[in-house]
Amino acid sequence: MPERPLSPHLSVYKFKYTLVTSISNRFAGLVLSVGFLILVYWLGSLAAGARAYAQACGILSLGVFKPIYLLLLAAFVYHLVAGVRHLVWDCGLGLERASARRSAWLVAAVSIALTLILAYFLLGPGMHTK
Amino acid sequence: MSLRSPLGRILGRGSAKEGVHHWWLQRLTSVALVPLSIGFVASLLALPALDYASLVAWLRQSGTALGLILFVLVAARHSQLGMRVVIEDYVHGEGLKTVALVLIDYAHVLIGVAAVFAVLKVALGGRL
Repeated sequence: MPERPLSPHLSVYKFKYTLVTSISNRFAGLVLSVGFLILVYWLGSLAAGARAYAQACGILSLGVFKPIYLLLLAAFVYHLVAGVRHLVWDCGLGLERASARRSAWLVAAVSIALTLILAYFLLGPGMHTK
Repeated sequence: MSLRSPLGRILGRGSAKEGVHHWWLQRLTSVALVPLSIGFVASLLALPALDYASLVAWLRQSGTALGLILFVLVAARHSQLGMRVVIEDYVHGEGLKTVALVLIDYAHVLIGVAAVFAVLKVALGGRL
């Protein structure tokens, strides 16, 4: 077999913001795929009746899940915002270096702000656990 | 030597235009997931409480059930397409890669169907 170039080989790339935004979107997608299992478990417990639901809530409201929910929330917000950036690119817009750099910062700022606001309402002190 | 022209030789053997199928489906599902996922989160946040009775009442509204079924189906398909790319990129070795892809495909069908079944069971179920 001839040695052919493989993609992507993360180690050969120079570290740049484009690398961070790209791999973060992938990682966020993977996190959401795993998080989807929690959603389906929750739905399934609801379908299994009141007692099963109470039991599932007991498990899902354990303290160890709090950082996981925060990670899922951040992944959801980032994947959504960065995904919209990709859809804009797919329309052929904003591909120039300057505007791509601007939109990267915009995506980061919007994601952090939205994550913090939603985290306050969903996981903050005022909200009872699910 | 053939007397057929270069054009004549390649006509009918061209691209079936299916090379972008995966890419296109990933975009279609992502566009649909923007309103579906925001709608799901907003609708859940609008509930006064997340106890069993309120959630069952919520799921028995046709709009909720329909939206949630669409959401879990499209999300499962989108996740399957995304994980396929990740496996194709990072899992080397044909055997392991094939096994991983098959398992991912089956798992997503199983999870998607289980989620739809759960929603339907609550939405159409008789007594609580």
